[in-house]
Amino acid sequence: MKTNFLISAAIASCAAMPILATAADLKIGFVTTLTTGGAVIGNDMRDAVNLAVEQLDSTMGGKSFEIIFEDDGFKPEIGKQATEKLVKEDNVDIVAGYIWSNVLMASYKSVTRANKIIISANAGPSAIAGKLCHENFFSTSWQNDQTPMAMGELLNARGVESLYMMAPNYAAGKDMVSGVERTFKGEFVGKDLTKWGADAQLDFSAELAKAKASGADGLAVFYPGKAGGAFIKQYQQAGLSDVLPLYTIFTVDSLSLPKLQEAKMDGILGSEMSMFWGPDLDNPSNQQFVEAFKEKYDRYPSHYAAQSYDAINLIASAANALDGDFSDTEKLREALMKAEFDSVRGDFEFGNNHMPIQNFYARKVVADDNGDWTTSITKTVFESHQDVYAADCKL
Amino acid sequence: MKGVSTIHRMGGGLLLLVILLTPFIMLWLGKPFWLDIFTRLVILAIAASSLSLLLSVAGLASFGHAAYIGLGAYAVGIPVYYETYGGAPWLASYSGWWHLLLGVSVCALFALVTGAISLRTKGVHFIMITMAFSQMILYLLVGLEEFGGDDGLSVDLRSDFSLPDLSLPSAESFGFPSLNLPSLNLPPVNLPPVSLPPVSLEEPWVFYLVCFALLLLVLFIVSKVKHSHFGRVLQAARQNEQRVRALGINPYRYRLLVFVVAGVFAGLSGFLFANYAYFVSPSMVEWTRSGELMFMVILGGVSSLLGPVVGASVFVLLEHFLSRLTVFWHLPFGLLLLMVVLFGRGGIIGMLKRDSQQ
Amino acid sequence: MDWVLVLTQALNGLQLGILLFLLSAGLTLTFGIMDLINLAHASFFMLGAFVCAWATLYFDSFLIGIVCAVLGTALLAFVVEKSVISHLYVRDHLDQLLATFGLILIADTGVHLIWGPAGLAIPLPEPLQGQVRMGELVVPAYRLLIIGVGLFIAASLYWLVNKTRAGMLIRAGASNRQMLSTLGINVQLLFTSVFILGAVLAGLGGLLIAPITEASIGMGNDIIITAFVVIIIGGIGSIKGAFVAALLIGFIDTFGRAFLDSIFALFMSVDAAETAAPAVSAILVYLLMALVLVWRPQGLFPPKLR
Repeated sequence: MKTNFLISAAIASCAAMPILATAADLKIGFVTTLTTGGAVIGNDMRDAVNLAVEQLDSTMGGKSFEIIFEDDGFKPEIGKQATEKLVKEDNVDIVAGYIWSNVLMASYKSVTRANKIIISANAGPSAIAGKLCHENFFSTSWQNDQTPMAMGELLNARGVESLYMMAPNYAAGKDMVSGVERTFKGEFVGKDLTKWGADAQLDFSAELAKAKASGADGLAVFYPGKAGGAFIKQYQQAGLSDVLPLYTIFTVDSLSLPKLQEAKMDGILGSEMSMFWGPDLDNPSNQQFVEAFKEKYDRYPSHYAAQSYDAINLIASAANALDGDFSDTEKLREALMKAEFDSVRGDFEFGNNHMPIQNFYARKVVADDNGDWTTSITKTVFESHQDVYAADCKL
Repeated sequence: MKGVSTIHRMGGGLLLLVILLTPFIMLWLGKPFWLDIFTRLVILAIAASSLSLLLSVAGLASFGHAAYIGLGAYAVGIPVYYETYGGAPWLASYSGWWHLLLGVSVCALFALVTGAISLRTKGVHFIMITMAFSQMILYLLVGLEEFGGDDGLSVDLRSDFSLPDLSLPSAESFGFPSLNLPSLNLPPVNLPPVSLPPVSLEEPWVFYLVCFALLLLVLFIVSKVKHSHFGRVLQAARQNEQRVRALGINPYRYRLLVFVVAGVFAGLSGFLFANYAYFVSPSMVEWTRSGELMFMVILGGVSSLLGPVVGASVFVLLEHFLSRLTVFWHLPFGLLLLMVVLFGRGGIIGMLKRDSQQ
Repeated sequence: MDWVLVLTQALNGLQLGILLFLLSAGLTLTFGIMDLINLAHASFFMLGAFVCAWATLYFDSFLIGIVCAVLGTALLAFVVEKSVISHLYVRDHLDQLLATFGLILIADTGVHLIWGPAGLAIPLPEPLQGQVRMGELVVPAYRLLIIGVGLFIAASLYWLVNKTRAGMLIRAGASNRQMLSTLGINVQLLFTSVFILGAVLAGLGGLLIAPITEASIGMGNDIIITAFVVIIIGGIGSIKGAFVAALLIGFIDTFGRAFLDSIFALFMSVDAAETAAPAVSAILVYLLMALVLVWRPQGLFPPKLR
């Protein structure tokens, strides 16, 4: 009985623990991955957010603001719990972040049910751009299908006629493949969906052998995270860089390039990818962003960072328009929709489903003046491209 | 209950009372998030209790228990998905009665089949084979494209428990032509529509009370099982199988039955989980989840009735507080797990029992 | 039938099998001799990779990296055995599972704290980055190295276990632990040595695979379950069993992943095949284990119990 008494007392006292009152007028929740291997991305986003906060001097619309970061542990349930906490316990005004589509889909209702605004700084699942679109949802990234569609167009432009494609076997992986299928005019000579999840397949020798044997004139892949690094190493070790040109989607970026450079993966130099942004995108806002980021963190920002930076500045623009008063959700929505801020992508415009309408470019892996590997924009593939699901959205 | 003093029972009652009241007090204090935390706590306590039944009464260490949680959860997710988006009309339904029926049946069947096979093994082999079956369910769920696979499936609405309107159907509704008999002039019989009062599971506090009530029910049943003839046979077989067989009893059937019961209870917690989170995903079935359940049972104390409740409480609260201190909370968590196993004989309850005896 | 493809896959299957063997050998020894289920074996796999990566980058030499990794893993194994593992020998399997699960959590977080979340890449020396041509077959040189090293280690282990006195003690311990102590053998020393040997083998597995994939947090946690399947199928305590089972599973898994979708496509739609195949090939291995557990629970080559 003593046990149970003690436990009861412990529970009661835990519940009674005072939660430190925060001093800021405005609170913005940011859900991202801060543990597990996905933390590479989450840390980049967090760094970009902190840079924005610093530049804004923690003030927007005349009111002080703070960011409350929460970790989704790379799992939808944890992300959902984190979202609930932000909405119910911290009572934030806006929730932003979300790297992963599955985490976003699991969590967004917790925000919309409370009639608050949710801004995705990365995830772009088709459902929320189309059938399940919601007036409280905004995105400062893209819709999942757009980047592979741009890739398909790039492949056409480069004269690739037969393509072998590899991606992990989960929703986003399949979206990438179908995205390329939408625009690529050549022929698919092979498609491999490799095992994903906890026990993800990291040995691609079998598929690479098949790709080589297929005689394709291009290999397109989507391998986020550590699978990307593994894939590229094996691609190089199989001697394919001279034989089968590589095109990547969300596989090579400023996060993976330093490691690849260290591992001397020269085969990746010159390969191309499609993306809505690049660190050398030529507009004042972006130049300022990249320089400030490099100075503060001694590395190039990734597109994840760019998206997150834009998210904070988008919110700030709404705050400035409303004098820091977020209490009227309707007015907040309108202010956000106007998107009157200096985006790193230049002009910024929302579509009816609150997804950005933006350009897409081809980027190539190059070495910069210091010899550090980065990416450089070679071509504009799409101009003012809107995602294909906007038509399904009733907004 | 034999061998448990009144003071013990008071302590247990106090614990349950605290668990019941705390979220409401916090709600009144303007902190609604605690209702979420405690709902999760209670649901996990149900799952842990079902595992504890297997472990303490029958000595069966199942490392695949999370599979049942997953099955019970998808028994909600899949029908709701079809009802919302169309398809499989025989499966689609918002009705909680259907979800429960489906969940219980699937879990019972799975437990029966896999139990029949697994119970032919013992010790570490039993542990590994139960885990193997759980992995198969994991990969099956991951492979089910339609339901999101690895990404999981959102459950748009909670299970609906209102009763349908009850009125006698007329002959026409069955497709029979109306007969032109000489009229007897009987008035048509129509019972007034019956439905439960208009409170639904969508109300967080209603849902919490339902979960808590189910926890009490599960604890009650587990306690009854422990002290029944059935339970005693199992415990005897756990301690000395030879002797039980010599008495002419084949423990296999008893074990299979308790395995099915435990599976069904875990499925029940899965049903509640799907409703709580509005979300189901294959990661609910990962082997680490079964490990966490085991941890809760051991942490709280295997042999006591409320052990799993204590274990689940400590687990959930620790996770909540540690994760707010640091992003690296898995480290002190792992250390705690280690300490409990190495030094805590009989779990927390056991440790405190020993203290009070000195 | 593209024979080059089949041969390539065969080599891949062999490589996976060798890797699994390195991981399972230590596991089956600790399980067979000390009756210890050690999930934290996965962490030694990871640590071998990380220490090697760190040392290779620091000293700019893969060879030094390997030496550091072996020494580092051995040292760490010694510390862990003395502080935690030795208390677990007398406990039941469930306690061992949970305690070593706790160790995995600690190890994973520890690695995150020391080396950050991103993982480390191991740069290979130039000669190992090329390919070897055997007729029409082109194989990355490094993979041949893995197979070669793995087979060498397997052979050495075989010699150790079957032709030396130490090996005799190991086999005796696997057969009948009680007898060993009554014969005056220092059982503590034997246990510690076996544990360290197992951990070093796991670390070697980790550092061999890392140049192909990466040294990443939790990299051992998924493959450890497969390793358990290997030792159950092979027979607990048997090195030979671990070797055969590891190769068997290596081939089944590789060929399943490579060819199952083509086989399925013969009698179902391509889309269905591409969806079903990965799921089925994943389940295949567990199905096999379940079958073994039911029909021959002692495994394929159980050590003879006296």
